[in-house]
Amino acid sequence: MNALKIDKGTSSKSAYNIRSIHGTDEERHTLAVIVANEPGVLARVIGLFSGRGYNIESLTVAEVDHEGNTSRITIVTTGTPQIIEQIKAQLGRIVPVYDVHDLTVEGPSVERELSMFKVSGTGDKRVEALRLADVFRANVVDSTLTSFTFEVVGSPEKIDAFGELMRPLGLTEMARTGVAALARG
Amino acid sequence: MVQTMSGAKMVVQALIDQGVDTIFGYPGGAVLPIYDEIFQQNSIRHYLVRHEQGAVHAAEGYARSTGKPGVVLVTSGPGATNAVTGLTDALMDSIPLVVLTGQVPTFMIGSDAFQEADTVGITRPCTKHNWLVKDTNDLSETLHTAFHVATAGRPGPVLIDIPKDVQFADGTYTPASKIKSHYKPQVKGDFNSITKLVELMETSKKPLFYTGGGVINSGPPASQLLRELVAGTNFPVTSTLMGLGAYPAKGENWLGMLGMHGLYEANMAMHDCDLMINIGARFDDRITGRLDAFSPDSAKVHIDIDQSSINKVIRVDIPIVGDVAHILEDVLKVWKSRGRKTDATNVKLWWNEIKDWKKIRCLDYKPSKKVIKPQYALERLEALTKDHDRYITTEVGQHQMWAAQYLGFNDPNRWMTSGGLGTMGYGFPASIGVQVAHPESLVINVAGEASWLMNMQEMGTAIQYGLPVKQFILNNERLGMVRQWQELLHGERYSQSWSEALPDFVKLAEAFGAKGILCSDPTDLDDAIMEMVEYDGPVIFDCLVEKHENCFPMIPSGKAHNEMLLSDTTLDGAIDATGSVLV
Ligand SMILES: Cc1ncc(C[n+]2csc(CCOP(=O)(O)OP(=O)(O)O)c2C)c(N)n1
Ligand SMILES: [Mg+2]
Repeated sequence: MNALKIDKGTSSKSAYNIRSIHGTDEERHTLAVIVANEPGVLARVIGLFSGRGYNIESLTVAEVDHEGNTSRITIVTTGTPQIIEQIKAQLGRIVPVYDVHDLTVEGPSVERELSMFKVSGTGDKRVEALRLADVFRANVVDSTLTSFTFEVVGSPEKIDAFGELMRPLGLTEMARTGVAALARG
Repeated sequence: MVQTMSGAKMVVQALIDQGVDTIFGYPGGAVLPIYDEIFQQNSIRHYLVRHEQGAVHAAEGYARSTGKPGVVLVTSGPGATNAVTGLTDALMDSIPLVVLTGQVPTFMIGSDAFQEADTVGITRPCTKHNWLVKDTNDLSETLHTAFHVATAGRPGPVLIDIPKDVQFADGTYTPASKIKSHYKPQVKGDFNSITKLVELMETSKKPLFYTGGGVINSGPPASQLLRELVAGTNFPVTSTLMGLGAYPAKGENWLGMLGMHGLYEANMAMHDCDLMINIGARFDDRITGRLDAFSPDSAKVHIDIDQSSINKVIRVDIPIVGDVAHILEDVLKVWKSRGRKTDATNVKLWWNEIKDWKKIRCLDYKPSKKVIKPQYALERLEALTKDHDRYITTEVGQHQMWAAQYLGFNDPNRWMTSGGLGTMGYGFPASIGVQVAHPESLVINVAGEASWLMNMQEMGTAIQYGLPVKQFILNNERLGMVRQWQELLHGERYSQSWSEALPDFVKLAEAFGAKGILCSDPTDLDDAIMEMVEYDGPVIFDCLVEKHENCFPMIPSGKAHNEMLLSDTTLDGAIDATGSVLV
């Protein structure tokens, strides 16, 4: 493409030399953003996504270091590789953001989400719901004569799958926390 | 020694400790305690503007012409919302500002109190960072940190919202020396990348420096280093609107501004170069034109302090994140240590190509003996003022582009214009800020009549403080740039682009106590300009110019650099349907 024939992305420090950003396919990335625990910081992060038209699939936030006064925001987002790079750079630019980790490219990571499902019904359906809950290692956290509330912890895919199974069995309500993720090791 | 003082006093103390001697502002209920402190001291001079937008633009002019942060003080509610345009302008053009707003007392926040607005919420997307201070003990630290954040890394505006009870309450003052900020942007560039750049410089046949506002923001040493690098390599250099003056217009390697209304030779060189060295510019859409046809055969190097500017619009081959001056110093060091090599033979051939493009004489226009052509007015202004200690600001429109084309800037910090946001109404208050910083210099605002009216109330400020700003209005009685687009894109249907019911600018000047000059005959122009320059006080110069002049060259929206229009005769079918949706 260029007459000088140099390698693409030759900066040793930037992420650009790790991966090509030519792609136009959307990718799903999990980002861990370490921020100062100060008022408005979440609004800044969310405002960045809405203002620049990026997607948020899930978002969780909580203080993780009381002494250091830092919170961890876990964001699952989708975009082309170029957009993902932009998102990370834009996040890194926010003054109270200390660190941005792309768990999807920085090595293997584990993702977990907590969810609750209220399933109403009687008879066979009720029995079947309980049986499937057992298979998914869901806990029953509340029960009445006509309903169960299950708690499922796992990957987002596992939770999706459980929801699909519960739907015909009388799923009336569900709540999900969004993804929390850590790099392995 | 622990110092206890009121929040209002802390504000003044912190400003003094930060070396601030000038602020622009407008009082109101929520900042009265701070105004009371300002009354009782002599270190800081407060300039009372006539509208808060004017205060922010004045601070921008002050900042851009001095390299120091501009400081603004306004009240809550409408004071803060009036500052929003200026904040957005400063964010887009990376101008360091510290804006202080009053807020209703903490115990009333959220109650829809009188003149309450969610100022940090409203200004979050248009500041680099902002703070609401709820405890007087945190105030001085926040103030000092604000100056650091505004000026470190890519500069920008910051805002501190200070509730009135926090201003009244006593607290402990933390001196600036005690502040530790985690905000430390990277200034040194990656050494391997710098070496790669030098390798490319050694072998490139058609190199080009494409410089931007980042060179100016990095400080005068960056401009010096750029000049040394250009002189050493003999590479051509072009610049964005924001970067004018970093390399001197009278310098031998200068191609002029590039972009939508840039010079033919600059845009052609961008299109045809084999090595593009972007220094502190951001591939703005006014520069790139059609993205998929942007400089197709070049290796692209991008030096920028802001990682997010890299690969945002244009994919580059070598990104170098850091401060321009630091990086150029290293580039020079490496290039010299490797023997100062370039492919001089081929670079000479490249210059021959460029000289052919220059022969087009893209800035030529049809002269007139009857009416003043706007280009002619600027040529004369340039000829008659270029040897002065001169600063230029502009409004937004055709006149702005002509000013960039026909005026020459030989030093950084001499040219103040609203680039990123394109804010009509910027130039006049900005000229006031520049004049405040440089009382003895000649400060001229090249204006359009429509833009100028947007902040004309600042005439009062100029008079009050005896600021001899020259308002050089190219009066075409049109929203000229809008009219030009309507001519090219909307079948010459001039919807709402007439400047109707214009004031008599001479009488207007006189009503404020300034001097008014009217000029409509080309033969009177030189004398009239000299009268303006020599007058010791503010002047409104109403220069009646050709009403239907179009600004060329022009890269129409959605077109590539080598598809530039040079004159009215080339207009037919110039812009297609896809281009017309672009701004
Ligand atoms: C605040 C604002 N409103 C609208 C615009 C859109 N706009 C861009 S140029 C222009 C016309 C400017 O007219 P004038 O100041 O007379 O300058 P001219 O183009 O005639 O030289 C307008 C309306 C703008 N840039 N800023
Ligand atoms: Mg006009």
